Amino acid sequence: MAPAIELEGITKRFPGVVANDNVNLVVERGEIHAICGENGAGKSTLMKILYGMQAPDEGTMRVNGEAVSFSSPIDAIDKGIGMVHQHFMLADQLTVLENVILGAEPTHGGGRINFTEAEDHLRSVADDYGLKIDVHEMVETLEVGERQRVEIIKVLYRGAEILILDEPTAVLVPQEVEALFENMRELRANGATILFIDHKLDEVLEIADSITVLRHGKTVASLPNEGVTAHELAELMVGSELPTPATAESTVTDTVALAIRDLTVHDDGRAALEGVSLSIHKGEILGIAGVEGNGQGELVDAIIGTGDIRNGSIELHGENITRWDVRARREAGIGYVPEDRHHEGLLLTSPLWENAALGHQTEAPYGSRWFIDRAGARKQTEAIREAFDVRTPNIDVSAHALSGGNQQKLIIGRELTANPSLLVAAHPTRGIDVGAQAAVWDQMRQARADGLATLLISADLDELIGLSDTIVVMLRGRLVARLSPDDVTPRDLGAYMTGAALQDMTSDGSAA
Amino acid sequence: MRRIAFSLAAPVGAFVLTVIISTIALWIFGSDPFEAYGDMLGHARKLETQVDILNRATPFYLSAVAAAIGFRMNLFNIGVEGQYLIAFLVAAQVGGLISLPTVLHILIIMIVAMITGALYAGIAGVLKTTRGVNEVVSTIMLNAIAVGGLIAWLQREWQAPLPEQFSSSDLGTNPIDDSGLMPTINGLLEIFTREVGQGKELTGMLLIAVLVGIGYHVLLNRTRFGFDLRASGINPFAARAGGVPPKRMVVAAMMLSGAVAGLIGVVELADRGKFPPDPIQGLGFAGIAVALLGRNHPGGMVFSALLFAFLDVSSGVLDTTGVASREIATIMQGIVLLTAVVAYGVASRVKERDEARTAAEALAADASASTETVGASA
Repeated sequence: MAPAIELEGITKRFPGVVANDNVNLVVERGEIHAICGENGAGKSTLMKILYGMQAPDEGTMRVNGEAVSFSSPIDAIDKGIGMVHQHFMLADQLTVLENVILGAEPTHGGGRINFTEAEDHLRSVADDYGLKIDVHEMVETLEVGERQRVEIIKVLYRGAEILILDEPTAVLVPQEVEALFENMRELRANGATILFIDHKLDEVLEIADSITVLRHGKTVASLPNEGVTAHELAELMVGSELPTPATAESTVTDTVALAIRDLTVHDDGRAALEGVSLSIHKGEILGIAGVEGNGQGELVDAIIGTGDIRNGSIELHGENITRWDVRARREAGIGYVPEDRHHEGLLLTSPLWENAALGHQTEAPYGSRWFIDRAGARKQTEAIREAFDVRTPNIDVSAHALSGGNQQKLIIGRELTANPSLLVAAHPTRGIDVGAQAAVWDQMRQARADGLATLLISADLDELIGLSDTIVVMLRGRLVARLSPDDVTPRDLGAYMTGAALQDMTSDGSAA
Repeated sequence: MRRIAFSLAAPVGAFVLTVIISTIALWIFGSDPFEAYGDMLGHARKLETQVDILNRATPFYLSAVAAAIGFRMNLFNIGVEGQYLIAFLVAAQVGGLISLPTVLHILIIMIVAMITGALYAGIAGVLKTTRGVNEVVSTIMLNAIAVGGLIAWLQREWQAPLPEQFSSSDLGTNPIDDSGLMPTINGLLEIFTREVGQGKELTGMLLIAVLVGIGYHVLLNRTRFGFDLRASGINPFAARAGGVPPKRMVVAAMMLSGAVAGLIGVVELADRGKFPPDPIQGLGFAGIAVALLGRNHPGGMVFSALLFAFLDVSSGVLDTTGVASREIATIMQGIVLLTAVVAYGVASRVKERDEARTAAEALAADASASTETVGASA
């Protein structure tokens, strides 16, 4: 029997980069096949090509032995390929059934939707593949894992037999991951073929039948999941020794840099953060663990000055800054590495030296009361480029011309060279390659040793455990646990993050 | 070198395209395109026509700068029209009531015009920051209120005392003393040229427009305010995270835009000597087009203001010679705008790609060089 998918010599070039360079991939029918690789290794591009979102420059694709060329996802769906994106595309205010049939509604004729037929079809699909879901539930009431199941059913409903899952575990806590894997095994047992992207190697080893590793756009290995270890896989991915986020001995001092008391922050009229108290000392990295959307964003907003603070106080070095605006806070020494560098971090069409000045334009060497000091700003940018290894031909290119890792190094550089006394770092290594990640970790450790207080938010639990001096867990806008990174595992953290484990918290933020 | 090529490709392309389309348009309408162009260019060679063009370009340029200040932070001040008309009227009234030594008198009139424009534009800014009203909607409304209501009412209130027997030339606000009118600068021009004939006079506000252009350049590129303004336009979220107060910037940019708009009123005042019953209209809207064509760039808008002024003046020329209908000039203004927008769009995309590619190439060359050294040493 012909393999479900056969890719041969796929090459895709973007201006300045070869995203896929002669990639070969064979996925047998009825197997779970993992694609591993660092960020930027070309996994997403490959999946987009397979799903018809992008056309390859060279190479051939065969689905079930038949040569195909897709000009849009519609062609891919026709051939039985469905994709579940990392970010769900569901309408909150519609039911599961309505979401699933959206865009593929069976009608009575005359445009009236035949809900009976739709429901029957959905139920038969769900039963065939052993997926449990309440079809009349509103999507907004569903947990993340359930939403993902809806997305999977959505593609199955459209007749897909080959599923592409783009980093399906990235948004899930460990317990939900297990449920997903259970579903994936059910799907396989019922004849589906699954291709999934992941870079958490223990997960790959647990679920995959075979594994393909990409590095710098090339296939470096394609092997069955037999006897291979996580360490071997990691070395294939990176091609060299692995960096670790672990910090050296503690540098925590007795001086409190940031003290938050009983803080309540609203978002769109509802309390997204309620009665949170915490403090960060000089030389301490305080890690915040939590499933995204549990109030971390609002905590960051409140500290940098864009949050809607309803109650409580924020003190920086003993000074009450609760009512200060962003500029006053930044001048007082708060550095900020935003969660999404394109959204809040950079002026993409501006030259690098202007980007370096952003957020510090009121202070030397970038500017003064009235004027921008172009020469000073440029000199400082050169210094950042040097010290933080920002790879760029010069400092006059626009920020968009840089790779994600270099953009991030520029942001980390501009914040750390401004001598902050508090750094708010949200996902500082998200979406950057291992080399840049190690550099960012080094810089953060160095700054910590120099007495910087850091608030670290990260979805990467290894990073959180490795870098932090203290970890607190946020759940539904509250702090629910305070843990020591020395004796906590990602699994334990996951239990606290979902509320499966509980710890009594006193109001000052320390565990009882 | 590359950078210059990129910045010139778009305007040159747009120009060529415009000429081609206009030629076809003229030809379809039964006029001889080359005769029409000949007439337009022939007249533009005359000093008197050039004075006309400069006189026209002056308010166009000021209006463009006013619009551009908003555009640079993604704020669409469509209300330049209403702002300059109100400023024109208030400045005329104030100027007509006082008499002062000349420089002081002119200065007061200019300041009053700028403050009036700023306050009127500021309404839209405050509405946006406090009530979330989109500035496009509010400035359009404010235009209607200014033109249809306020000005009509104030014109009646502020009508200069009329004699028993009066003609239409007596209508309008109190005429301003000569001490309050920006002098013409024919003398300055004639240093370089022959004497200007046909009673044409070059407006002194041209010098103010030049100063405004320089000020705009300095403000944008050298000052913190300009940096904050541009940052807010490129990425308001990053600007806010970088300490730029978004609300204050909106109000400040609106008011600054309105203040420059106010100066357009002073240009007209210098020409008319009072607020007449039939003030010129449409300069505010023309400014949007001029700013768009000039890419909000202080130098670029000089060219686009001159081009628009040339086409405007040419329409009068065509009217007299009868080679083509005068509307062709307006059509050409429209075509040049359209082709420019397309050409700039294409050029910026090409430039973006080129930049990403050269950056990546430079780094790749770097990387391969360093691996070679490693290889050699090993």
